[in-house]
Amino acid sequence: MGNTASAADTVAVSIDHVTKRYGTFTALRDISLTIADNEFFTLLGPSGCGKTTLLRMIAGFEDVTEGEIYLFGDEIETLPPNKRPVNTVFQNYALFPHMSVTDNVAFGLEMLGRSKAEARARAGEMLELVQLSRFADRQPSQLSGGQQQRVALARALAPQPKVLLLDEPLSALDLKLRQAMRYELKALQRETGITFIFVTHDQEEALTMSDRIAVMSDGRLQQLGAARDIYEAPHNVFVADFIGETNLLEVSVNEVKDDRATCDLGGGYILSCDAVEGIGQGAHVHMSIRPERLFLSDGPTEAQSLEGTVRDNIFVGTDIQTIVALREGPDITVRSSNSDRGNARIFEPGRAVHVNMEAGAARLLVD
Amino acid sequence: MARRTHDIRRYPGFLPMTILCLTLLYAPLIVVTVYSFNASNSITNWEGVSLRWYVDVFTGVEADKYKRAAWNSFTIALIAATTATTIATLAATGMIRSGTFRLRTLSFGLISLPLMVPEIVTAVATLIFFNSIGFVRGYTTILLAHIAFCIPFAYMPISARMQGIEDSYEQAAMDLYATRRQAFTKILLPLMMPGIISGFLLAFIISLDDFIITNFVKGAGVETLPTAIFGAVKQGIKPNIMAISTMLLAVSVVMVTISYFISKSDNAK
Amino acid sequence: MAAGAASGGSARSDTYKEARTWLLLPAWAVLTILVLAPVAMMLVYSFLTKEFRGGVIWEFSLAAYDQFFCNRGLFGDEPCAIEWTYINIFWRSIWQAGAATILSLVIGFPTAYFIATRPERVRPLWVFLITIPYWVNLLIRTVSMKFVLRDQGPLNDLLLATGLIDDPLRIVNTNFAVQLGLFYSYLPFMVLPIYASVERYNFTLSEAAADLYASKWTTLRRVLLPAVKPGVIAGCILVFVPSLGSFLAPDLLGGAKNFMIGSLIEEQFKGNAGNWPFGAASAMILLTMVLIILLILARQQARAQKGAG
Repeated sequence: MGNTASAADTVAVSIDHVTKRYGTFTALRDISLTIADNEFFTLLGPSGCGKTTLLRMIAGFEDVTEGEIYLFGDEIETLPPNKRPVNTVFQNYALFPHMSVTDNVAFGLEMLGRSKAEARARAGEMLELVQLSRFADRQPSQLSGGQQQRVALARALAPQPKVLLLDEPLSALDLKLRQAMRYELKALQRETGITFIFVTHDQEEALTMSDRIAVMSDGRLQQLGAARDIYEAPHNVFVADFIGETNLLEVSVNEVKDDRATCDLGGGYILSCDAVEGIGQGAHVHMSIRPERLFLSDGPTEAQSLEGTVRDNIFVGTDIQTIVALREGPDITVRSSNSDRGNARIFEPGRAVHVNMEAGAARLLVD
Repeated sequence: MARRTHDIRRYPGFLPMTILCLTLLYAPLIVVTVYSFNASNSITNWEGVSLRWYVDVFTGVEADKYKRAAWNSFTIALIAATTATTIATLAATGMIRSGTFRLRTLSFGLISLPLMVPEIVTAVATLIFFNSIGFVRGYTTILLAHIAFCIPFAYMPISARMQGIEDSYEQAAMDLYATRRQAFTKILLPLMMPGIISGFLLAFIISLDDFIITNFVKGAGVETLPTAIFGAVKQGIKPNIMAISTMLLAVSVVMVTISYFISKSDNAK
Repeated sequence: MAAGAASGGSARSDTYKEARTWLLLPAWAVLTILVLAPVAMMLVYSFLTKEFRGGVIWEFSLAAYDQFFCNRGLFGDEPCAIEWTYINIFWRSIWQAGAATILSLVIGFPTAYFIATRPERVRPLWVFLITIPYWVNLLIRTVSMKFVLRDQGPLNDLLLATGLIDDPLRIVNTNFAVQLGLFYSYLPFMVLPIYASVERYNFTLSEAAADLYASKWTTLRRVLLPAVKPGVIAGCILVFVPSLGSFLAPDLLGGAKNFMIGSLIEEQFKGNAGNWPFGAASAMILLTMVLIILLILARQQARAQKGAG
């Protein structure tokens, strides 16, 4: 599990061997990671994986059972939420329904003891930043979901927190708005230079916005790395399966030599791929092959290939998925781009084909 | 030609039953209201519209008695409802905003106890209690008893309201540097206000309404409107009773209507 | 729900955990002193000796319960035979409360169903209409009922004028008048729980039954009623229990012949004729009955909840 935040960066948040238990239930198991200043950091995982718990611990809403959390080098466990220089954008925004938009945004500054005038002036600036100046005097209930979401952002950013925590802030929006907000959030993060810690279960959201992603499952940190690394080089079965689509094939490792592993898929198929630390000769593990890194041909090519029969073609708009039945083996999905430039040739069902693999497409996974 | 409906939800006869139900509920109240404006000395004959029995209530022979009873009723209702609402608001916060704890079920049972125990039993028990500790019966005993049985009525709308308020509002407030106390006074309390007002109004009406318990714990000479009316009705229904009843009825209807519109305007959010 | 196991999926919050004791203390104190302690004291009084001018002498005695259950003959020295006087009063109360419950159910169920099938927007208004009378003073409602039902009252006037009857109906001082009074007192308790369960009912089930050739009334009996049964049972108990111990309706509408528990108890505390230990014992017996019924309801609802998942 690599931690690629370089030592030169200032560390904003450091999670040090943190465990969280509720009675007998363990929500988080020994999590350690550091988040750099100015980073857009995402905690990604399915519901119940512990990502929200971790976020709420940083905010101060949950006690830490074991371990420490540091904020710019200071231990913050003893501080109540109202003494921590972090602010949260809540999943359902939690805009105070009995206050106007401006009063909502000014609330934090007022609580910090600023004068009413100063707080309101700053609130005005924040509303300008999120392009909602026109709605300053409205009640939150009079705004659309997207507008409420921006108010929540403005409110959390107004006190200039050292770290902004975002708890699935886009999940209540419809698809179009959600996609637009991704870019806005990313731009806002660059503009303000504030560290963002973003919680989501949506892998696409995580991949498009994040500098780095921590994939979590079952209270454990599964993989930590840059968005691209997580996608291209998943560490284990969970990450490969959770992020994007993939073909998961059971293999046994015949030989490991010179950083290359020779794997037996059964049915007489042998593939060679990069060796992975911890997987030695004789291991029975899974192999991940992304469907877009496969292509079909009538005959053998220079690439490694598997022979099979086309079972079906599924049209999914941008792509065409071809399902190929391997001889005595599992089905394998091949994705080809639906464009004239791509190799969008349709192979009819029943046809014998070769499934070719781009170099580095096959990855061995730790279970 | 009416087409036969196939609406699976509709049952013939249910609408007439509903109308019968509403008639049974409202007819007596409407009749009494109408007869309270009767000019006649008798309650049986109708002799035209008049306000004489309303005038009689305020200036007649028994005016002083009813004024004193009304004063007792309203002051007791006001103090009891205010106290019960305060206690219920604190209790609801303790029940719904302080996590799970061992005494939770027991506390809930205690709060709803006055609803489960038949009124006559509460009345007997309270009388015996005051008697056993040598507390002289009078205004204070009525007030104390009213505070106790008003608590669950105030508690119900307040706790229902609080359960509907996500705790993320308070968390957001504390995330934005408010202390716990500020989160309570600036966020939770204003959001709970509709529930608190409903709770207060219901407690007020319940207190104003009570006859049985009051009848047991009131001392000699201290009357509330219901006990005074009961005493008078025992001698037969007189027109001035109908005038008092109509006024009391109007107070209840107005308060319940206010409570309804408060909760409705809030649901619209 | 992204919070998932983290927040336990429940809306319960622990923001004011530290202040819990102080928040609950006033309610605990007031209710313990003014409800729990009095009931305990009532239990104690039921085992004391009666004082003839009202009140008690602090001497242990089973006389109150003995008087309730045992007939010891004219001179009070015979062995215990079952005393029927008070058991009969209790029995009549149960019977009256039961009849009032059935009356409330027959009228309340169609009403609750009708309201629950109105458009969602107007439902609160209907519920409001049903509950208004409940908030009007019970005494005033009962007096109004008596006024309308009197021999020379508006109801008889109307019936005589339309020629439906030749002599006024005698309704006041009958069992029926008491039942009507009890119905009037507690109807919302019947309508509201039934309304709540019909509102939750998934009408697709009725459609499925109709699709499978069930008639409307068969659907009502075989599909709808079983689904809303918990609401119906809750409504019945919520009407039955307060009816059992009611005082105003039997006293004002029933007259001396239709004496119920409430009046029996009340009489024991009035003036010099009363018998406090006996009144306390009667109240204890009533309370025990009610608590048993409520316990059964609680268990039944717990089971229903379990069944619902």
